[in-house]
Formats: sequence, structure tokens, C-alpha cells
Amino acid sequence: MIQVKNLSKNYGEKKALDDISFEVKDGEILGFLGPNGAGKSTTMNILTGYISSSSGQVLINGTDIMEDPKKAKKNIGYLPEIPPLYIDMTVSAYLDFVFDLKKCKMSRTKHLQEIYDLVKIEDVKDRIIKNLSKGYKQRVGLAQALIGNPPVLILDEPTVGLDPKQIIEIRTLVKRLGKNHTVILSSHILSEIQAVCDRVIIINKGKIAADDTTDHLSETMTNDHKLLVQIEGPREEVYKAVRGIDGVTSVIADMNRGENIYDYEIEAKPGIDVRRPLNKLIADKGWYLLKLQANELTLEDVFLKIVMGETEDLRLTGSNVAQDKVLDDVSLSFKPDKKQIEQEVDEAKEKLRDVLKTIDAQRSVADNEKNNKGSNDKKGKSKNGGNK
Amino acid sequence: MGAIFRREMSTFFTSPIAYVFLSAFYLFSGFFFVNGTLAYATSDMSGVFSSIFLVLIFLIPLMTMKMLSEEKKQRTDQGLLTAPISITSIVLGKYFAAMILYTIGISMFLVYALILEFFGSVSWSIVLSNFVALWFLGAAFVAVTLFISSLTENQIIAAVVGFLALMIFYLLDSIATMIPVKFISTILTNLSFYSKYNEFVNGLFNLSSVLYFISAAVVFNFLTVRVFEKRRWS
Repeated sequence: MIQVKNLSKNYGEKKALDDISFEVKDGEILGFLGPNGAGKSTTMNILTGYISSSSGQVLINGTDIMEDPKKAKKNIGYLPEIPPLYIDMTVSAYLDFVFDLKKCKMSRTKHLQEIYDLVKIEDVKDRIIKNLSKGYKQRVGLAQALIGNPPVLILDEPTVGLDPKQIIEIRTLVKRLGKNHTVILSSHILSEIQAVCDRVIIINKGKIAADDTTDHLSETMTNDHKLLVQIEGPREEVYKAVRGIDGVTSVIADMNRGENIYDYEIEAKPGIDVRRPLNKLIADKGWYLLKLQANELTLEDVFLKIVMGETEDLRLTGSNVAQDKVLDDVSLSFKPDKKQIEQEVDEAKEKLRDVLKTIDAQRSVADNEKNNKGSNDKKGKSKNGGNK
Repeated sequence: MGAIFRREMSTFFTSPIAYVFLSAFYLFSGFFFVNGTLAYATSDMSGVFSSIFLVLIFLIPLMTMKMLSEEKKQRTDQGLLTAPISITSIVLGKYFAAMILYTIGISMFLVYALILEFFGSVSWSIVLSNFVALWFLGAAFVAVTLFISSLTENQIIAAVVGFLALMIFYLLDSIATMIPVKFISTILTNLSFYSKYNEFVNGLFNLSSVLYFISAAVVFNFLTVRVFEKRRWS
């Protein structure tokens, strides 16, 4: 459906896109993920023919967007980051205009009615766009993209600035649209991509950092066999003892959760389950195991790993390197044969630690909120169970 | 092109733009007509046609100032440029909408002529040739100011620069006399809009002048298209 071949875009000296290639199949929902300024919007603007590429080729349904723009554009519905709404018009007048603009051949009233129903804007159709809420504006933008039933939908951050309810509504809508459209969706919110897309392309600094199915991506990354445990016992001793378990490659003593209670992050060699020996060890030593949890990576972690590992070209296989950097904790780290990389790693470590800290903070804030909503007596517990 | 044209027309008439433009135009032209023609009990309208030139210099930039600049500012150009239409039809749709509003404005001159006809005899050939010249002059002016509107995101800048540009076209004769180099001053005189327009006011129908106005309109519309193209490529 969409083929992108060796796409580059330069803004003067700055390379906004650097040799990007990918393909989107019929009926696929592709997520475009990247930090702000990574080149998501640039890519989308090129795909839709708004700007040109410096080199490379874009084929929409086999038609080159530069060579036969009219034909290629007929196949695309585009919702830019800022929806192209004429704020002085009423919703219905605006959509009428777009219907004419796209030279649609179908029955006007029927088609527009379908779209009103689909994006649920029937009740605001006589209002001036200027006076609509952000959520409605976004929906009118989406309606505009849907007019003419283009087989390809390109949506640039469709949920930015919406409230949680609206976000869920738009996501559901996009998912539904994905059944009979090819959709490219960009976002910097990972849960969104995870919820909606079949496949994700992570883009960073104008390059594709990863291209995989969402499921597979988190799977590959979860093969780390990381455990989060909470043990009551003297910190140093626990640390040394756990390190001694066969198969454990790294241990980080983390937050202090109470008197003699600490969180530990344990990583083992792939294929080795250290839960049983760990349990036995703790029982033998007379400590207590308060929590044991497999650490499942969210796309968020995956994303950070890939994006933060920018010093090297960290593709999926390279991501373990980034992982080691994190685990190389200062106070209680265990470094068998990594001394040679220590220096170059220092800087990256610093960065990653900051990021992980903010994530931790955000998570605990989110958890607190959750608990506040529920019962307040759970609050203490939630602090312990903070790291989900 | 049709969609854009209709949208521009409805924007003109659902916003105050058309009403302000038309009333200002009628007010000025009515003043010149009453003061310059009716008061002298003559059927010669050349004074009105001559004076209106200066009014157009002010009014046309105000009419076109937001037509393209606002698209850029509100990012609605993104909707237009990703729709299956050519840039030329976007520009021309806007251009013709502005021309229709302009034509509605200057049609008043024919009404004035009819009023005169009521009192005495009007030499229709002169009036009509004046009217044709006025129309093509406007066609050039609209193209110039639309082009300027495509260069900026700011309406005020579009209006002021547009006003400046038209003013230069008006003053080209005076500028030419100030330049001692014969060859340059000849060129400037030949480029002057005002002297070309004045030939019609004085009763001379000069086809080459009409062609000059038309080519100015074509050139500036073409440049506007290029501005859009260039933005895509930069």
C-alpha cells in the first residue's frame, strides 16, 4: 500500500530524515513512535505530499507522490498535527467544502452523514468551529481526513491535548477505522501505540531505530529475565548472597522500603529461572521475601532503551548493551569483565539514571492517584507495590 | 478550484470583509462622482476614473491581505496542499474570488453612468473602455497583492507591503523623472501602471496597455504558485 524508499530530508545543514525505508501493507495499523523532533511529522508531511523529500521515493498504492500527486493524494486522508480547520466556518460548511475540495463523486448527504455518525459530531454540525472544544476540533479534523473514503489514513498525533476519555474514544475509533483502512499513526505516547497498532516503527534523530510488531517488540525486550524482589535483610549481605546464586548476572539494590527492607533488581542469564534458588537462599538465611515480581517491560522501557542508546546504533539486538549500562549501578554493582567500557558508558549511565528516576517518580505519582481514588488505607501498601 | 472559489466568496460575505470593502469603495467613488461629475453638471466621468486609482491602492491590499497569509498562519494550507488538487487551482480559486468582489465594487461605475444617462448623453464607448481598463488594472493589482499575501503569515505585513508595492507602481513615473540615466527612466516609464491607465482616462483605448495589465496579472499569479512550490521544497 505504502512504500517508502530511502527517504531523506534536509533542512539546510540539518538532516531531518536520514535514509528511511519501510513498507505498510494493506489494512495494517502502523505506529510511528519517537520523541518530539525525531522526524515523525516530517515523514508524514512527505508521505502526504505537503513537503517534498530531498531524496528518496514514496509510493502510495503504486503511485509516486511526487510524479502524480493528484492521484496519490486521492488515496490519502491526512490529519496533521494541527487540524487544518477554518475556524470561522460551521462544521457542516467546512466538511462540505472539504467534500468539494477532494472532488468526491459519491452522494454528498449520505457520505457526510456516515462521517458525522462515525466520528460523532452530529450534534455540533451547525456550530462555528472556533467555539468547539479541543476534542471536537480533533474529531472534525478526523472527519475531514475521512471524507472521500481514502484507503490510507495518516494521523499525526491524533490524541494530543485531549482528555483521557476523549483519548480512549479516538483510539477506539482509529482501531475501528483500521479494519478497512491502512492507518499510519504517530505518537509519543507508547501505551497508545501499544493499544492501537499492529506494528511499530521507532524513529529517532531522523533514523529508524526499530521496526517490529508491537507484541514481538516487547517480547524481545522482556527476554531479560529480570526480577523485582523485595527482601527484608541486611542490604550488603543480601546483595552478596544473591549475586552468588548460579546464573545471576547482575543485582541492583534499589529503594529502601523500610527498616532493613530493600528492593532489588535481579537479572539472570536467559533460560535460567532463579526464583527457586532465591527463595531457598532467603529461607536459609532467615530473611523474608516480601515481594517477587517478573519485570515486564512496557513499550516505554523499550522506547527509552532504543532512544537513549543513541551513542551506538542500538537496534533490537543491541539493546542489551543499554540494559547493562543501567544495571551497572555505582554503589553495589558487580562488574566482571566490563571495565574497558566503563568510561564511555559513564555518560550514558548518567542520562539513563535520570530518565529512570523520572519514570519511577511518574509511576509512583500515578499509583498514588490510583490509590487515592480507591481506598486510602491501601496507600501504605501501594508504596511498597509501587513498582508495577 | 470551484471549492476554493466558493469558500472564499462565502468567507467574504459571512465576514465583514466584503461589506467594509464595498462600502468604502462606494463611499469614495460616490464622493468623486458627486463632487467631480454631478456638481459640474457634466457627463464626463474621467475625473472619477482617474481618482479611483489612488483608492484602489489602499483598498485592494486590504481585500487580499488575509487570503493566503491566514492559510499559512492557521495551517489550513496543509489541508489544501494535501488535497488532490493542483497549486495553480488553489491560487486561481482565490484570485477569481477576489476578482468577483472587485468587479462587484467597480460595477458601481456603470450605475453612475446610467444616472448620467438620465440627465444627458453619456459617451458609452469612453465609459466602457475606461471600465475595461479599470477591471484589468484591478486584475493586476489583485495578483500583486495576493502574491505578497503568500509571502507572509501576517495580515498587517501583507497589507502594508501590498500598499507599498502598489504605491511604487503609482509613483513609477515620478521615480523615472528623478533618475538621470535615460535608459533606466525609459524602462520605468514604460512599466508605469498609472500612465498606462491614464491613457484610457484620456479617452485612448490602447490594447497594448490592456495586455500589459494582463501579463502583470499572469506573472504575479505564476509567482504565487512558485511561492507555494518553493515552500514545499525548502
